[in-house]
This record gives sequence, C-alpha cells and structure tokens, in this order.
Amino acid sequence: MRSVTDTASLVVENLACLRGDRLLFKALSFTLAPGGALHLTGPNGSGKSSLLRLLAGLLRPFAGTITAPPLSYLGHDVALKPRMKLAQELQHWARLDDAESRLPAAMAAMNVASLAEVPCRHLSSGQRRRAGLARAIASGAPLWLLDEPTAGLDTASTDLLATAMHTHRASGGLIVAAVHTDIGLKTPQVIRLG
Amino acid sequence: MFLTLVRRDLTLIARSPAVWMPVMFFILTAALFPFAVGPDARLLARIAPGIIWVSALLAALLPVETLLTPDLEDGTLDQLISRGIALETIAAARILAHWLGFALPLLAALPLAAILVGLESPKTLALALLLGTPALAALATVAAALTAGLRGGGALAGLIILPLALPILIFGVGAEAPGALKLLTAASLVLLAVAPFAAAAALKQE
Repeated sequence: MRSVTDTASLVVENLACLRGDRLLFKALSFTLAPGGALHLTGPNGSGKSSLLRLLAGLLRPFAGTITAPPLSYLGHDVALKPRMKLAQELQHWARLDDAESRLPAAMAAMNVASLAEVPCRHLSSGQRRRAGLARAIASGAPLWLLDEPTAGLDTASTDLLATAMHTHRASGGLIVAAVHTDIGLKTPQVIRLG
Repeated sequence: MFLTLVRRDLTLIARSPAVWMPVMFFILTAALFPFAVGPDARLLARIAPGIIWVSALLAALLPVETLLTPDLEDGTLDQLISRGIALETIAAARILAHWLGFALPLLAALPLAAILVGLESPKTLALALLLGTPALAALATVAAALTAGLRGGGALAGLIILPLALPILIFGVGAEAPGALKLLTAASLVLLAVAPFAAAAALKQE
C-alpha cells in the first residue's frame, strides 16, 4: 500500500520488495521528518533503486505501507526527448507540475540556463543529469528521490547540487538518495541494504 | 493535465521525421492496387472501399513501434507515473494524439486516394473512416503497450491488431449497407472505451 498525502514526513512501515523470486529486503521501516535526508547504500543489486521506485510509486510493495508527500523522482533515465530543445522539455514538465514560475531559478541553480536552446540530443550525460535535477528543483515537490544524482557530474555541478539540496532541506524538504559516495548531504540518516 | 499530455504528444509527432509516413504509406498502398488488379475500372471501383480501409489499417499500424516504446525506455513513463498521473489517462491521451496524428492527414488525403482507386464519391467512406479510425488508433495504442520494449514488437503488434480490427473493417467497408455506420460506431466506441484500461494494464510494472 502506498499513499501520497499532504503530510510533511515520509513514513515507511514494514516494507518488503520482491523482484522476480528474489526478496531484496523485508521489514524495512523508517521515518523521514521535514528537513531530513536519507542515504541508501549497499552493493549493486541490493535494492537501492527498487526502494526508490517503490517510494515513487513505480513498483508495488510486496508488503508494508508507504505514506509519502508529493515527490519528484530522478532515475538513471532522464526523460529528455532528443529532438526537443532543453527549455521546451523542462517547460513541459514544469507545466505538468504547475511550476513554470519556478523554472528559471531552478535552471540557474543547476547552471543549465545557457543550454536552454540546445537540442537534448546534443547534451552530454552530465548536462542531462543537471537538467533532470533542475526539473526536480522546479517541481516544488517536498520529497526528492534521487538515484545516484552525482553520477557523471563534475565537481562544480556536484557543489551546485549540494547547495540546492541544502536549500531544499532548509525549507522543510526531504531527500532520499541512492549513493555510492558522499554527495554533499549533511548528517543524513543511512540505510544499508543487502 | 490531459490536454497538456495531448499537446505534448502532438508536438513530438509533429517534430518526428516520420510524421508524413502514415499518409504517404496510405496513398502508396492505394496506388498499388490499380497496378495489381489491372485496368478493369468497374472491378476497381467495387473493391475501392476495401482497398482504402486496408490502406488505412496499415497506415495506423506504421507508427506502433514509436508510440510507447521510447517513453518506456527514456524514463518518460516513470516521470508521468511518479507524478501520480494514471496510466489510463496517459493511454487515453496517446490514443487521441495518435488519432489526430494519423487519421486527420489520412482524411485529407482521401480525395486523392479515391481518384487513384476510381471511387467517384468518397463521402460515405469519409464518414466511415472518421467513425472507424479512432478505434484503429485505440487498437494501435493497446498493441504498442503490449509490445513496448520487446524486440521486433512492431511485427507482433500487427498480429495483435489485425484480427481485432476485423469488425471495424467489415462495417467500414460495408458502410453503404443500412445500419452499418451505426454498428461501425458501436464497435468503435467499445474499442475506444476498453483501450485505455487495456493499455494501462499492459504497461503496469510489477
């Protein structure tokens, strides 16, 4: 069971995840209060991405409950159409999120404003990831679900992300990130899977 | 939100280099029959509605592989679902956009196709196509959902759609017969009503 409500906290109770015939994890419970951050660590295939997908509503829990605030999910695939210009792509998503007014600031925050007129097929993987992060920032969703958000990012961009995450938490936002290295989150809770 | 999705899908269709493919395919298929059947104008005029409908069916099938697979593979569906947008809504928007994208140009090209197959007045046929093509768009979207992400999904989608499109084909070709247009509309509406749910069920991930 998963429900999206206007609560400020993310509450997970007794969650279990079954992929194929493999039980990735079970009896997983945690609460993330406003301003909180959670690191998901563990070896490849331990279920970090699956947990994020469960939280995002992309997979159904095998058991347990999830109560989540409105969220923005950034997985490995950034969902930018190759023929469209970056600004058009981000505007489309901002329109769905009712967030068009927040988009320019978000694009500036991840330093993609100068790429606005570039067709997405010409963007590097790091630039695409930055654009995906800008979309999450613009969305205004209280909960960010980030799957290895720093993969492919240079040092400067990693710093921009750290700043954005700090601002988000300072205003009561939540962050859950699957990570292999430090991504610049201060004092996160840690769950180690596998 | 529904309209935002439809507008987006139409933008992507219009941007695609394949946007003219279905209508070109429609005209070329129709143009092929006079050569294949021979110079008997009466015979050609008699089978003309059938030719037009088969051409329309094939044209609807053409973009099946690009209807949902790219969205599944580039994370677009993940983005939509994680926003709490129902798969049924996504599928319904896609059906409408696909219909606008392939059926309207096809109707515009109908007078030309009618000349090619020697049909004098394509009015009834135009009405039948207008009523029947939404069902073809619905079937194409369901087949696209069932085969999304499969290698060679397009061929499989054809095998799924063609038998299901038979009622549309039968009533569409026989549109001159009394009551045929009503039955065509009924068949079309049933397929349209079921398709978003069928497509959503096919796209649901465990």
